[in-house]
Amino acid sequence: MVEINFNHRKPTDVIALRKIDELKLVKIDNKNSQITIGAGLPYQQMEHGEIAQYLPALAQAARTVGSPQIRSAGSIGGNLGTCSPAGDALPVLSALNATVNLQSADSSRSIAIHDFMVGVKRNARKQGEIIVSTTLPIVSGWQGYAKVGVRNAMVISVASCCLVIDRLSGTIAVALGAVGPTIIRCRETESWLATQIDLKTKTNVSPKLLQEFGTRIANESKPIDDHRSTAAYRRHAVAVLARRLLIRANTL
Amino acid sequence: MNANSEIYSLNVNGETHQIRDSWVGESLLYVLRERLNLPGTKGACEQGECGSCTVIMDGQAVCSCLVMAATAIDSEIQTVESLASDNCLTEVQDAFVTEGGVQCGFCTPGLVVAIEHLLSQNPDPSEIEIKEAISGNICRCTGYGRIFEAVDKAVAVRKAKTV
Repeated sequence: MVEINFNHRKPTDVIALRKIDELKLVKIDNKNSQITIGAGLPYQQMEHGEIAQYLPALAQAARTVGSPQIRSAGSIGGNLGTCSPAGDALPVLSALNATVNLQSADSSRSIAIHDFMVGVKRNARKQGEIIVSTTLPIVSGWQGYAKVGVRNAMVISVASCCLVIDRLSGTIAVALGAVGPTIIRCRETESWLATQIDLKTKTNVSPKLLQEFGTRIANESKPIDDHRSTAAYRRHAVAVLARRLLIRANTL
Repeated sequence: MNANSEIYSLNVNGETHQIRDSWVGESLLYVLRERLNLPGTKGACEQGECGSCTVIMDGQAVCSCLVMAATAIDSEIQTVESLASDNCLTEVQDAFVTEGGVQCGFCTPGLVVAIEHLLSQNPDPSEIEIKEAISGNICRCTGYGRIFEAVDKAVAVRKAKTV
């Protein structure tokens, strides 16, 4: 809508999806340990309740989106459709290996989040498809989201990070937002950390290890200078955010 | 919906309005102000950052600049014009006047709508809840102090009335 207000886009035909309740459904599938969230569910409804209970990182990310006015209208479908690397929900979807569910008039398909996000504001949605929902696993362990912006409210992220530890499999996932063309998964750092500490239990992480963790995370980021921040600051910020989340994971 | 020819209707402040000869990409803000002669809702940033254009849509505070008017068919929209009746201000509007919460006045309608929405959900909000509720409404004049005083006064007046 902002693009239309600024004359960057001139729609000639519009299909309103606002009143389609199926796009706002939340399906909790305990048998398969996963949650499917309708693409049109407002962020406001992820801040508390069952979604916050099962997907605390998503609730934290939802809480940082814009203002109450934005959160009562904005949804994951919007983040996915726009595919900005600064979209607040996207690092959470990345760290949790979410799948995106698409539907066209005659077929449907599900696609892994990292196959869906193909570049800056570019995604794999084909003409005629709508984003219906996203499916996220319920992970047994710890998860959190953190973001840096110029103020607390109403801010687009300068850098963001989601960290998920699966205590059952002993694995960690770290995803970074606003420091690359799309969300970046720090897969090298993830596998390195798994060789350094036991991720199946809360572990005291030494200051030296924490320092190296942050440095490795920063090295995997690919930030640029733009009107919102500098690459150097963003590289510094993701290291701080990731370290902070790792500390929380092992103390909270 | 076809680009220019179709007529659609919007439910605003309890009345159904026909929208004719409009372009399909028009925002709700534009339609309210320019087509329905409801200029109380203000337009400033046109990108959802300032909150001047806040209206209530199906019970939720939204930025009307971010709603495509044509997609608001079948929604109940309430603007700042729906608040005062017979020139009688609501407690919130009155408190803005008496506490000096209005300076240039441009952000005021959006703030009043956001605060009325907060108080309709939560008649006795905490300081942090008030700050949260108006975190999407930017005021460059007051420094917010007198706005918070206005909210406190409106809460107190309403409480006194219900006792």
